[in-house]
Amino acid sequence: MQFTFTEEQEEFRRYLRRFLDDKSTPADVRRLMATDDGYDRDVWRQLCNDLGLPAVGIPETYGGQGFGFVELGIVLEEMGRALLCAPFFASAVLAANAILNAGSEEQKRELLPEIASGETIATLAFAEDNGRWDSGGIEMTATKSGDGYVLDGAKSFVLDGHIAGLIVVVARKAGTSGDTGLSFFTVAADASGLDKRLLKTVDETRKVARLQFSSVPATLLGTDGEGAAPLSRTLDQAAVCLASEMVGGAEQLRESALEYAHMRMQFGRSIASFQAIKHKSAEMLLEVELAKSAAYYAAQAAADGANDLPMVAPLAKACAADAYMQAAVQTVQIHGGVGFTWDNDTHLWFKRAKSSEVFLGTPAYHRERLMQHWPA
Amino acid sequence: MSEVTEDSIRQESRAWLEANWDPNLSLVEWRNRLIDSGWGVPTWPVDWYGKALSDPLGRVVAVELERIGAVGVAKTGIRSLAAATILVHGTDMHKEKFLRRILTGEDTWCQLFSEPGCGSDLAGATTRADFKGNKWIINGQKVWTTSAHHAQYGLLLARTDWDVPKHQGLSFFIIDIEQPGVEVQPLRQMNSHASFNQVFLTDAEIAPEYLLNELGNGWAVATTTLMHERRGADSLRRYAQASDRPERVYVEEAAEIGVQLEPYKWYPQRGGRVDLVVERAKATGAFDDPAMRQEIAKLLTLSKAAEWTDRRARALQDKGGPQGPEGSLGKLAASNVARMAAQVHTAIAGSDAMLTGEDGALDGVIAEVLVSVPAISIAGGTDEIQKNIISERVLKMPKEARTDTKGPFRDVPRNTVG
Ligand SMILES: Cc1cc2nc3c(=O)[nH]c(=O)nc-3n(C[C@H](O)[C@H](O)[C@H](O)COP(=O)(O)OP(=O)(O)OC[C@H]3O[C@@H](n4cnc5c(N)ncnc54)[C@H](O)[C@@H]3O)c2cc1C
Repeated sequence: MQFTFTEEQEEFRRYLRRFLDDKSTPADVRRLMATDDGYDRDVWRQLCNDLGLPAVGIPETYGGQGFGFVELGIVLEEMGRALLCAPFFASAVLAANAILNAGSEEQKRELLPEIASGETIATLAFAEDNGRWDSGGIEMTATKSGDGYVLDGAKSFVLDGHIAGLIVVVARKAGTSGDTGLSFFTVAADASGLDKRLLKTVDETRKVARLQFSSVPATLLGTDGEGAAPLSRTLDQAAVCLASEMVGGAEQLRESALEYAHMRMQFGRSIASFQAIKHKSAEMLLEVELAKSAAYYAAQAAADGANDLPMVAPLAKACAADAYMQAAVQTVQIHGGVGFTWDNDTHLWFKRAKSSEVFLGTPAYHRERLMQHWPA
Repeated sequence: MSEVTEDSIRQESRAWLEANWDPNLSLVEWRNRLIDSGWGVPTWPVDWYGKALSDPLGRVVAVELERIGAVGVAKTGIRSLAAATILVHGTDMHKEKFLRRILTGEDTWCQLFSEPGCGSDLAGATTRADFKGNKWIINGQKVWTTSAHHAQYGLLLARTDWDVPKHQGLSFFIIDIEQPGVEVQPLRQMNSHASFNQVFLTDAEIAPEYLLNELGNGWAVATTTLMHERRGADSLRRYAQASDRPERVYVEEAAEIGVQLEPYKWYPQRGGRVDLVVERAKATGAFDDPAMRQEIAKLLTLSKAAEWTDRRARALQDKGGPQGPEGSLGKLAASNVARMAAQVHTAIAGSDAMLTGEDGALDGVIAEVLVSVPAISIAGGTDEIQKNIISERVLKMPKEARTDTKGPFRDVPRNTVG
């Protein structure tokens, strides 16, 4: 297990940070979050063509750059820091890993190069109206029909589901439950019977949609009925990636609170000189550093395909979620009235912290999973 | 000279150990042999029993020692703080006289810093050192002094000048504890053990050559000691484990651990014993309670994250990164882990948390956790002091406005004691 980043990785991070500092300013975030699409096509093109970011985690055989989860984690941490509005998580994390884990060799060769290049924006439609993030929550049915399948039911909390060109869906054979009878499918965005609605979100920087399926034609991805294992693997990997994104955001909040404390004067001195603020700041540093350590460890475990990933992934997710939310609450507090003001940027990260806290499952859900996988 | 690599160090130390390790030597004989070879403290300077290896290479050697089952140099307690301080600030005479016997375990040390009137504010020490005739005469009282009851020497912070600002009037001495002017009284702790003491100094004597660094430079020397103490906070959770093998060296080591370390039996408990949580939860049925599982998971998460943060900090230092107030972050994390562990152990034990000794959970070990954990956030600098250090040194936040550091110490308000 490696506990530091290599010089190349650090250089990659610096490069990304310069790019995102330039292309994803708070003004950009505010502009994009007010749109339905929620991303800037020019920036997305640069991010794909010039930086090749969606390709980072995809193997070279499938048109990717063949780096692993450590590099992907760096990308996400920097995106979380900059609050980048883009369909990266949906496409390069959720959909790409679902296809890698579930798809046949031929399907990977067919689908992944376009995701790697960014030409196709894909997503994973998995959770439903019941808001559950485990396989047991899946009710959508897949019925064999001629050569293919048709899907019936509804998917919700689908990241960028309203703009994705390719939708990876998890559904089950009618009459099955739990981990049995699950399969992955691909569905084209313009398939007949598919109705998409952008949902109103607390965090407008992260768009989620509800997709209604009425006999929607779908193509089986991988093997019929064998979806449970690739699904749990995909969700573990996604939890690790989300943890990286969250610690990036938490670090940004921590720094902004510190900067403000240094600047703000009350009682004839900087508020940074008050011990209550100093101790809060020290606690934030500790919590964010602890969460980073967990996220980095988990990214390495995902990269290594380690056996303890099902224990480490929920640990990192829960740890990052709590640290991010805590940093958000304290950053508003340190800003005082300014922190509660729309024009101040803190609430943008606060809301991302809130959506990330529950997206892919609440901290309590992940702690329960951690317990299930804790070595006996 | 051939290049030093992990492999070369592994091979060299292994070859030496295979040729020289002999469990039938006495403990001191063996440790002397190990010290002379440079493999006992390989990260120390070449002139002083070491090989000037980096920390990661030092760990390679530690693995080899363990592999062959060899006993290492004595490391417990204040002795390693004393050694670190002497290595930085001592003269050749100090190093010659003290270092080897620290490593063999023949001498035990203690840290005479805190006083009844000052703990966090160490620079407010009022134990006095006055130069009379040809020696220093020490008068005052120290308290919470770990190991003083069986120590040969102490690291002493004392005031040598009352007319300058507080930090400038301190000097740092090595004091012989086994002399008539030093009276050590074990002090019972809230957990009933007595690993710390009160130390009364009444015309105790110190020869001039046992002043460390220069007159009035005591604060700088004490800072070296404290930095090492905070950095070691994490290792405080580890403790010596006696072997039951029959050879002489093991028997003597077990005796060292058993007798000398008796007052410290509670040390593992102050860290919270996270290692016992899952097995205790399974034994009591708490493991099946969803609410309990949440609390346990929070603790396991914090404890793992703290462990990995420590690994990150070490990896950074191994790469030549800064060594500084980061130790305070680890110490703070250890306090949080311990506090949370005590809560979880209480919840798991339920009513049994009222009982101790043979009536208590795990023969009293759990009760001992509950009443020992408070030490972690006090000893070696309180949590509040660690947060001050982090905010001021790491986050560069302004220092508190102070009224005690400018004028002569004589005029600074302080506790009246005794
Ligand atoms: C198990 C144990 C072993 C020990 N071993 C040794 C030893 O071997 N040698 C030795 O010299 N000492 C030893 N100590 C003493 C220890 O270092 C002190 O107890 C500690 O530094 C606190 O000092 P104090 O007790 O005087 O508390 P005080 O300094 O009086 O603190 C009381 C409270 O005030 C808070 N406080 C103080 N100053 C500030 C500030 N600036 N900002 C915010 N809050 C503040 C503290 O955090 C604490 O909560 C030991 C203590 C324990 C518990």
